[in-house]
Amino acid sequence: MDIRLNKKTKSALSVAAIALFLILVYIGDMNIPAGSSWKMLITVIEKGSIYALVAASMNLLNGFTGLFSLGQAGFMLIGAYTYAIFTIPAESHDKVYQYFDGGVIKWSIVEILEAKMGIFGHYLGMFIPMLGAGLIVAVIAFLIGIPVLRLKSDYLAIATLGFAEILRAFFQWNTLGPVTNGSNVLRKYTTYDNAVFPVIIGGICIAIILLLINSTYGRAFRAIRDDEIAAEAMGINLFKHKQMSFIISSFFAGISGALLAMFQTTINATPFNTVMTYEILLIVVIGGIGSITGSIIGAFLFTAASEWWLRGLDAGRWLGIQADFMRPGFRKVVFAILIMLIVLFYSQGIMGTREFSWDGFFSWWKNLPANLKAWPSRHKAKAAAKREARAVKAAAKAKAREAKASNEARKASGEALFTPLPVSDTVMVFDKEGR
Amino acid sequence: MKKFLVIALTLLLSMTMLAGCGGGGSSDGDTIRIGVFEPASGDNGAGGKQETLGIQYANQQTPTVTIGDKEYKVELAIVDNESDNSKAVTAAQNLVSQNVSIVLGSYGSGVSIAAADVFADAGMPAIGVTCTNPQVTADCEQYFRICFLDPFQGTVLANYAWESGCKKAYCLSKLGDDYSVGLVNYFVEAFKKLGGEVVEEQFPDKNSDFTSYVANAKKAGCDVFFSPVSTEAAALIIDQAEAQALGMPILAGDTWDSNVITEAAKGKNVDITVTTFYQEGGNPEFDEGIKAWMDENSDAKTNNGGNTDLAAVTAMGYDAYYVALEAIKAAGSTEPADILAALPDLSVSGLVCGDVSFNETGDANKTEAFVKKCNTETGAWEFVKKQSAE
Amino acid sequence: MLHTWLPYILAGIAVGGQYALIAIGYTMVYGILRLINFAHGDVFMWSGLIMVYLITVLPLWVSVILVILFAIVLGTTIEKVAYRPLRSAPRMSIMISAIGVSYLLQNFALYITGGLTKTYPAIGWLQKTVTIGSATTKMVTLITPVLTIVLVFLLVMLIKHTKIGMAMRAVSRDFETSSLMGIDINRVITVTFVIGCGLAAIGSVLYFSNYTGINPMSGAMPGLKAFVAAVFGGIGSVPGAVVGAFVIGVCENLIKGAGWTTFSDAFTFVLLIVILMVKPTGLFGEKNIDKV
Repeated sequence: MDIRLNKKTKSALSVAAIALFLILVYIGDMNIPAGSSWKMLITVIEKGSIYALVAASMNLLNGFTGLFSLGQAGFMLIGAYTYAIFTIPAESHDKVYQYFDGGVIKWSIVEILEAKMGIFGHYLGMFIPMLGAGLIVAVIAFLIGIPVLRLKSDYLAIATLGFAEILRAFFQWNTLGPVTNGSNVLRKYTTYDNAVFPVIIGGICIAIILLLINSTYGRAFRAIRDDEIAAEAMGINLFKHKQMSFIISSFFAGISGALLAMFQTTINATPFNTVMTYEILLIVVIGGIGSITGSIIGAFLFTAASEWWLRGLDAGRWLGIQADFMRPGFRKVVFAILIMLIVLFYSQGIMGTREFSWDGFFSWWKNLPANLKAWPSRHKAKAAAKREARAVKAAAKAKAREAKASNEARKASGEALFTPLPVSDTVMVFDKEGR
Repeated sequence: MKKFLVIALTLLLSMTMLAGCGGGGSSDGDTIRIGVFEPASGDNGAGGKQETLGIQYANQQTPTVTIGDKEYKVELAIVDNESDNSKAVTAAQNLVSQNVSIVLGSYGSGVSIAAADVFADAGMPAIGVTCTNPQVTADCEQYFRICFLDPFQGTVLANYAWESGCKKAYCLSKLGDDYSVGLVNYFVEAFKKLGGEVVEEQFPDKNSDFTSYVANAKKAGCDVFFSPVSTEAAALIIDQAEAQALGMPILAGDTWDSNVITEAAKGKNVDITVTTFYQEGGNPEFDEGIKAWMDENSDAKTNNGGNTDLAAVTAMGYDAYYVALEAIKAAGSTEPADILAALPDLSVSGLVCGDVSFNETGDANKTEAFVKKCNTETGAWEFVKKQSAE
Repeated sequence: MLHTWLPYILAGIAVGGQYALIAIGYTMVYGILRLINFAHGDVFMWSGLIMVYLITVLPLWVSVILVILFAIVLGTTIEKVAYRPLRSAPRMSIMISAIGVSYLLQNFALYITGGLTKTYPAIGWLQKTVTIGSATTKMVTLITPVLTIVLVFLLVMLIKHTKIGMAMRAVSRDFETSSLMGIDINRVITVTFVIGCGLAAIGSVLYFSNYTGINPMSGAMPGLKAFVAAVFGGIGSVPGAVVGAFVIGVCENLIKGAGWTTFSDAFTFVLLIVILMVKPTGLFGEKNIDKV
């Protein structure tokens, strides 16, 4: 009972759903009072969309091109710093760069453009450094990619991880202080004023990633993931495509870094460490490696669970349960166990490699009652099959035991178990087959 | 198995979702909530826990506040900011969404700077307890603090070092740590002004090998080893200083005033001097009370590091709670906005670390710091003198 | 000249020996499973943590033995629970599983310790101060390289001259063929983890006797550096890992001594990238060709 909608309906549905969501977020952020616990929902949506973007960018690399890279946090770091450095208002420089005589860059793009073009200039002034953040990251990714992309899977992972660590040390270097403020936080830069902003930017970027994945390039990426050598044989330039995927992924990581800077309102290099990369990777895994929809769902679930729903586990009171073992840190243990369960027993993640589609959604919805009704019987059949398999296995084991026992007995009684082959003069040597 | 897990996970998540939305208390009729924004893990976990202890003890001593004629029960809402600037924002947001009336914290300046904008957006008054970096209150109308500042502390330390006859100082701070980098900066400024010479170095995050730093200080021929870093690193530095016979006094700021340090230094041949907010014995009644409380309450004792030695930050946490209560009383309301309006003119006396009143940036008017020295035989702090910046 | 640099070199050799003991675990596991065991550094951290708790109730030598046993049990359990079920899965999944285990171990340690740094118990003579020429240091600094070399010698003997050692070499050369030849792969892998984790536990005793604070993140950096050491020496080669570890330990300390303290950790990764570019198989590694 599959449903097929025509293209127009689908686009209309998408536009309507997105618009509705944006309006809800906008109104929500404007009207929910600060003291309400629903305010957390808005925070989760903001951070979730930023993480969704970076998870999608990591998925493009890890899930679609098969390049296991762990440099995402490093690229976000560059993006965040690039954005922040160019948007600190002139008057705040002395305070922010208090140990470096106000730094070397004494102006803000936002201010310059706002003076010329008003409110439009204000937003343009935010877009330019954001785009710049992405571009600078892309250039750095291009440079890093030249040596690193020649490496095989896990070497690539560890080399990108290493680059991220080097970048972090570099940004904290006191000598660069007049630009990066060294070890001190950058703050006072221009940030967005409504939660709808990161949602829109994140959404546009993810849409571009989706378009790319569904293009010829996307198919080439997947071919490389599935079999490098076959892909090369088909005429795909391996290095060029890997590099392209790496640069594009880094570009979006840079933009999400800029968004994260805006979300946090202060930025400092320390948190952009390997743990951050691991968290992004785990989001990708939870959502499903090879599904952008999955990355988005994973990002929101991850943020909500870690920042909101499970917080009670730290405070000793959660879902009305009160217990002494719920002390600070318990939240993270529960969270880590949940992740391990997903990795081990549900390695496909939430979406596997599927993507959301309206057809799929409506089919699922329509078939839901039937599926629910059929579930017990299907479950029964499966259980029966499992039982049977177990029985067969047990029987085979018993038989093997028996055979072994009888062999032992024969051996003990001195009977030869097999007759050696006659030794011939010539030995045929076969070339070992490749793996 | 798989199916079962999926169902269990889905159930769990949907349940937490309900809890997340429905739960999260609100100040109803007769309770008022005070937010505690402190690290319980990460680099500053140890200090944050000690500071929280002071607040908890004060809350246990005075669990109610009377506004007008009505008595309100005071409830603490504690969140862990993980000593991490990126986690601090959501932690702060979480406090705000729990409908607290005022926030206390944090230990460690970086997280406070990061959270300042969240508090500003929500119009939530916050009282910094021991965050000494000037940037915390500089541009934030909502942030006040009851401790002295780094420019002051740095000068005090430089003066002390200079007066003890040190001419060349080795300064060690942690990369990416606002507190130590800031304090070292002010120390260097003041020390150079006095005519001294400095060698500055920084160690990276997660470093536990301080051998080379100690060797560098010796190689450079310094007279004093200044390293106002977190207690985690401090214990390692002390250990290496002993192992390599550092041979010069170690000088540090308020973070080192902790039993982590005295324990690490006990029985070792090291000379440690710190500046701090409070000296044990300054208020015997408070000392005895909180020690008895910790003895009874095993969790509190564990959080204090396994014994009942007092840290200055605990006393500061205790004070901060009473400043918050006074502010609530002065405002005569549980609304954050009213409390915020009442804070600038507040003047509180009878606290254990000295009276508190705020200047125009919201910092406490404090002109003196306590200088303490570690007695490595008994493992206790000994009072040296009160030092001012002049 | 030597007079000035001796303290740094001594410190470097000591820490290099400690990295070496961790690096062996990485290099052997990688040699056989082709897996970067991200959790290895955390097993190391946990051995240290368990020691802190054990020493309060048990005498020293019992604690040390129990710590080694604990590390072995932990390591093999991780292998059984988190790696074995995924053996036929793509390599990325098993690496993600390793990262997940690492995340779990760190967070569990965070919960147990409450995020506070634990002080490692003083093992009397290991922490005694000794003076050599211009340098004053701990006894453990001198013990470490000797003990490391002895242990590595024993390990190399084991790999070269015993049946299980031969099986290990066979499995690391060709996983499938050796299983067809009747080698019990699971047993070989278990033995690999036993050796790796046991050495990491010994390493933890030495490392934490020298740097006496343990927190949940204590294993991360030494773990990464030990892995770099393993890559530097040629992954799969035990002597290579040891040489790599000593090189990294000494260079790191000399860099700090030269005043480039900001980049002491970054240097390790620069070294990694350089070696991967110039000689991806490391100093002693063998060339590995992928066949179609």
